[in-house]
Amino acid sequence: MDFEDSPEEAKFRAEARAWLDANAKLKTARDNSDPLGEDDKTSLKAAKAWQAKKAEKGYARITWPKEVGGLGGTPMQSVIFGQEEAKYDVANTGAFAIGLGMCIPTLMAYGSKESIARYVKPALRGDEIWCQLFSEPAGGSDVAALRTRAEKDGDDWVINGSKVWTTGAQFSDYGLLLARTDPTVPKHKGLTMFYLSMKQPGVEVRPIKQASGASGFNEIFFTNVRIPDSQRLGEVGQGWQAALTTLMHERLAVGGGTGGALDVPQLVQLARELELEDGPAIKNAAVREKIADWYVRSAGLKYTTYRTMTALSRGQQPGPEASIAKIVVASKLQDLSAFAMELEGEVGALTGEDGVENGAFQMGWLGSPGLRIAGGTDEILRNIIAERVLGLPQDIRVDKDVPFNKAPTGK
Amino acid sequence: MNFDFSDDQKMLKDQAHKFLSERCTPKTVRGVYESGSTYDRALWKQIAELGWAGTAIPEQYGGLGLGYLELCVIAEELGRALAPVPFSSTVYQFAEALLVSGSEEQKQRLLPKVAACEIMGTLARAEGPGAILPKNIRTSFKNGKLNGKKTAVIDGMDADYAVVLTRGSDDAGERGLQLALVDLKQPGVKRRAQQSIDPSRAHAELTFENANAEALGKQGEAWSDLNRVLDRAAILMAFEQVGGADVCLQMAKGYAMERYAFGRPIASFQAIKHKLADMYVGNELARSNAYYGAWALSTGARELPLAAAAARISATQAFDFAAKENTQTHGGVGFTWEFDCHFYYKRSRELGLALGPQRVWKDKLVSQLELSNAA
Repeated sequence: MDFEDSPEEAKFRAEARAWLDANAKLKTARDNSDPLGEDDKTSLKAAKAWQAKKAEKGYARITWPKEVGGLGGTPMQSVIFGQEEAKYDVANTGAFAIGLGMCIPTLMAYGSKESIARYVKPALRGDEIWCQLFSEPAGGSDVAALRTRAEKDGDDWVINGSKVWTTGAQFSDYGLLLARTDPTVPKHKGLTMFYLSMKQPGVEVRPIKQASGASGFNEIFFTNVRIPDSQRLGEVGQGWQAALTTLMHERLAVGGGTGGALDVPQLVQLARELELEDGPAIKNAAVREKIADWYVRSAGLKYTTYRTMTALSRGQQPGPEASIAKIVVASKLQDLSAFAMELEGEVGALTGEDGVENGAFQMGWLGSPGLRIAGGTDEILRNIIAERVLGLPQDIRVDKDVPFNKAPTGK
Repeated sequence: MNFDFSDDQKMLKDQAHKFLSERCTPKTVRGVYESGSTYDRALWKQIAELGWAGTAIPEQYGGLGLGYLELCVIAEELGRALAPVPFSSTVYQFAEALLVSGSEEQKQRLLPKVAACEIMGTLARAEGPGAILPKNIRTSFKNGKLNGKKTAVIDGMDADYAVVLTRGSDDAGERGLQLALVDLKQPGVKRRAQQSIDPSRAHAELTFENANAEALGKQGEAWSDLNRVLDRAAILMAFEQVGGADVCLQMAKGYAMERYAFGRPIASFQAIKHKLADMYVGNELARSNAYYGAWALSTGARELPLAAAAARISATQAFDFAAKENTQTHGGVGFTWEFDCHFYYKRSRELGLALGPQRVWKDKLVSQLELSNAA
């Protein structure tokens, strides 16, 4: 048992570091102005430039085959590059994550040779950005209940409806669209997958202002948007199978992070600085108990990630333990931030320049409800653990075998 | 990255699992509960033959010298089986106390007997309820004579030896403390069996009246030595707790799948599914923290005290939660003597107290964080 690289891994790490040294500067001590990364001020231009540079070397998507611009590397090499890249002051390329992590793999699985040749490389270089158009006002956790219609008209499809919670749609060039092509069959059987240009007539993108004040998500409205049948991915009515491909790629993404820049060390720092009724906060027994509780959760996640990486390093499929991360991180962030505000007392209500550390904990607390929802709610994630990891029965689904247009909808 | 046990260690774990699943079922635990005996003597004899007690004891002291990672995988299986034997007292506490504080002569004399399970040992700390504070230790050790009383001593009725936390001088603080090694089979030692929440973990009160004893380690280092022993024991115990918590999840799942209510298995209700998912989350966090502890223990890393506290807290929380919610998932029958749920419920709490409560370990953990932040 150790935390060392294998000789091959060490070699790859050295190569990655040498390349990063030649192309970027190391980060300075504490440079975490945006703990949640939800209000990224980094210009898209800088992100595109950095992405293009990585793409030239194959680092933009290490596990993809060389033919499509990847490095033909292993998942472990991808993790190693990510660890090293995180030490450098480079543009945040998060804007490409959904496209490259979910949309393009679906295109590669279901698209024609021509579409793969046309779209993969520009996405890899960051020249074109993709978003994922699944969630709807009527289909969040129950995404297969979506209502956006795609109706055949000659060789085209005509799209009408709306999507919501779409990350990055405001700067996206293309979108991966899941739409209903047959409302007379049960919900999972009437869906079809498409892709479309976000810049064409009839597509309207409106940012959603979140409770935290930031705007990372959008609503999209489609009004008689025409797309050719060649932009269909997979068979008509097989959209749910294609969506599962997309979501499977989401689950394969191995995160090295354990909750961003706001965690136990920041709370310890705060507790060292503040005075409570009975003396320094760090000496208060209740404060110490809380710190320890959150520390063991953070540490437990960190070492769970190490277990996952060990499986990758051995060329094995990671175990299901990686599925616990978001449940733990999101509620910890919410509880830890609220507790930090308690320690700050009445001043805990202040944000911005008047807030402690520019209101870092306040921003964490304001953003945490979103983290508990996005990418699967806490409740859906518990269902996933219960059903896929523990093998418990699925929920009884009263709409499962009912034609979609006859299923109960509330209103 | 190689943060997992080796194939050989996993094979050892499988062997231990196979042996214990045949030889130590819940019926074995029930046998100890209902016979009034303090442990399962036949099982202890078989464990002696397997040589498990000597797993981490160096070969020069008669052990197998395999290492702590091997002992961790055995601990997990003993925890899974709720093995009613004096293993944790003898191996995690007594043997480790000898290894940490013992003189060469003491180690040569006693460790081979521990490795062969010829003797049992324990650690005696508490003198009453509340915190164990250096200033409150009244058991005295002077001129080779031990006087005083220790309570809630695990396996105290059967142990041949005890390492006792005593006051060795008139210094009232930490520096006056001394660890004493005492042979419990002598007229100056009186034992009284104490009832505990877990009848498969026997406790005793030990009274010393001019008992002959010898110093273990140096005076003035007793408190820090003791904490080093507890750190090591906490990591090994964490594996027992993780094993126990894992069984609770499996039991709860098994029952929830079979039990029907309102026309469907109760495992199909989200109230049950989410409870079991939470158990899984807690168990995985505890396992990962225990693995880190195993790494720190096996390498003697600087991070050992922090790793031990995290492993201890995480495992205690996971086993407590899994054991009580397993009982809850079983409904009324879970509270009957006839069902096995209560064995785990009792064991989880007993192990959670055995090396000191969470409060103490949380305080230790934050002290370690303060140290590392200051560096």
